[in-house]
Amino acid sequence: MKSNFSHAVFTAIITFIVSFPLLGLNLVTGGTSMSIEGAGPTTWMYIGAAVAIVFFFQLFRDQFTGLFRHIPKPSFNTGYQSLEPAKKAKVENWFTFAIILIALVWPFMVSRGSIDLATLVLIYVMLGLGLNIVVGLAGLLDLGYVAFYAVGAYSYALLSLYYDISFWLALPIAGIMAALFGFLLGFPVLRLRGDYLAIVTLGFGEIIRIFLLNATSLTGGPNGIGGIDKPTLFGMEFGRRVKEEGNTLFHEVMGISYDSTYKVIFLYLLALILVVITVFVIRRLVRMPVGRAWEALREDEIACRSLGMNRTVIKLSAFTIGAAFAGFAGCFFAARQGFISPESFTFIESAIILAIVVLGGMGSQMGVILAAIAMTVLPELAREFQEYRMLMFGLMMVLMMVWRPQGLLPSKRPHLELADDK
Amino acid sequence: MLEAFLYFIQQILNGLTIGSTYALIAIGYTMVYGIIGMINFAHGEVYMIGTYVSFVVIAGLTMLGIEYVPIIILAALTIAIIVSSSFGWAIERTAYRPLRGANRLIPLISAIGMSIFLQNFVVNAQGARDVAIPPMISGGWTFGTENFQASLSYMQLIIFIATFICMSALTLFISKSRMGRACRAVAEDIKMANLLGINTNRVISATFVIGASLAAVAGLLLGLYYGVANPHIGFIAGLKAFTAAVLGGIGSIPGAMLGGIILGLTESLTAAYISSEWKDAVSFSLLVLILLFKPTGLLGKQEVEKV
Repeated sequence: MKSNFSHAVFTAIITFIVSFPLLGLNLVTGGTSMSIEGAGPTTWMYIGAAVAIVFFFQLFRDQFTGLFRHIPKPSFNTGYQSLEPAKKAKVENWFTFAIILIALVWPFMVSRGSIDLATLVLIYVMLGLGLNIVVGLAGLLDLGYVAFYAVGAYSYALLSLYYDISFWLALPIAGIMAALFGFLLGFPVLRLRGDYLAIVTLGFGEIIRIFLLNATSLTGGPNGIGGIDKPTLFGMEFGRRVKEEGNTLFHEVMGISYDSTYKVIFLYLLALILVVITVFVIRRLVRMPVGRAWEALREDEIACRSLGMNRTVIKLSAFTIGAAFAGFAGCFFAARQGFISPESFTFIESAIILAIVVLGGMGSQMGVILAAIAMTVLPELAREFQEYRMLMFGLMMVLMMVWRPQGLLPSKRPHLELADDK
Repeated sequence: MLEAFLYFIQQILNGLTIGSTYALIAIGYTMVYGIIGMINFAHGEVYMIGTYVSFVVIAGLTMLGIEYVPIIILAALTIAIIVSSSFGWAIERTAYRPLRGANRLIPLISAIGMSIFLQNFVVNAQGARDVAIPPMISGGWTFGTENFQASLSYMQLIIFIATFICMSALTLFISKSRMGRACRAVAEDIKMANLLGINTNRVISATFVIGASLAAVAGLLLGLYYGVANPHIGFIAGLKAFTAAVLGGIGSIPGAMLGGIILGLTESLTAAYISSEWKDAVSFSLLVLILLFKPTGLLGKQEVEKV
């Protein structure tokens, strides 16, 4: 009790020091000089409350931990886990089918804003699934994933600007370009150890962004590239008038009156198709030898090497394929926005994608999809907390790592473990 | 000819100024890495908090009518160190300690989360816009011809001296004091140190506190040097300091000092002779190149991977 008391006093003092100078005193810049003013009484009250909570929590820490031990840890056991593998696969297939069906019908029933948001969610799903290959399956922490997204987006924007290449032709090119960048970056850096790799990829992401920002003659620098062509459907455009010679208009061909919602729905369905393809391809990849090798490498690199697996090839394939999906997503993003600038490809974007993977459970596709929905929709719902969005976001990443590092829906597979491991 | 030389000298001086502050921040990365083998991604934010706290103190004391500059700066230094090291301690306690022994990537992700949290904590507390203080220390020596004059401002001199004092004190602390010896022992082998009765948790906390204090010193110095700050300065400064730590060999304290100076010089020379827009790209490329060709850095030790 006594040691608890001194510790409680200490932590309470630390809490006060940490919160008071920054929260309680605000810098006010006026003219040439600067002054400070105290924040309102509410803030002072919050600081006091925080100090008190920390103090009492630390004082009665033993009792609290005893209390918490009785609360069962959240488990997501719905009886599904205990099913036979064959039945499980069946359930999964039906489930996937139902989700795709709902996703197909859904845009025709809701408002335009919701479809737009859903399209954004699908972009993040694609990015999350792509990064999931690199981080979740192969265990390579990539903090510069947004660079490949940028490469994809700029590939389409530049091709469309300079060579007038259509979306459908640019889509594979953007994927290949991003994959090429992934390959070029991956080739030298993949012999680095985990955390070094993270920092190098972060540096690479920044280099790409700085390049896009400064190569003004090519990319328009901070002004970005605007007026990027929207995708067409078999030569049918979704605008009110034909932009490009030889194209027809969707509503004219169909014989219906013009409605701007068609374009939004079309973009949504396009994103949905891309996501379904992504999910399918990755599901197949994971079951292929290369996918098995990724996971083996993540679990134990040294063991893999002793078994004669070529780690460079394995890592490189993960990196390249992951980058290719970012390229597709980037190409679609550019086509949807019609305008891109380096602003969209900052580190925070990488962090958001990483958070999606981490929150969903590394390696789990379903988890990543759910997390992408949560990460995109929740901030929209909580608009009044907009200013606290990133604060909560950072806090969530920390808490998630402390509380459930395996994510919400970790991918499970049958495994054996030595009993006397610990 | 003389002008070109003076211009060069000026760039060297500027580079050394920035480089010594990078070195101060880099110490925090390198010590933490040396002891628990993790990249404390939130360290750059501690530096940013140091700058903010010293601005608050400077503004507060100026409001109270105290005008004697050394007192203001000493007070700002003391309080910035206290607050920053509290942050360092609290970060380790809440975000890293529960994760000790987990997979390497898990604390790193937690650190990224912490970094985002702290950045937005300051955004919410103090606003996202730039804050500026009036110059406190002006003047300096100039030398050169009529066409071009190189200058060494008093502020730059103070940065050199402060960095030198901090580095000497740290070196003495690490090599002579009891805690310093414990730090070295823990860096060598944490399990063995624990067996020998060293309180490793305390040593790790101390490492964070020392790193954060040095970051606070750098925060005050750079805050005075530039006169402006915003909540986002920590990210790029942290990345640069990490580059410096890697350049010198992560885990090695003299390496961090050397790395900081080299990085500062590279940056100011790039800005002067190539283009200031590309200086960040050049320093990140430097990071990539070093990790490729000499992952152990200039003064680092080869790390053997154990099963």
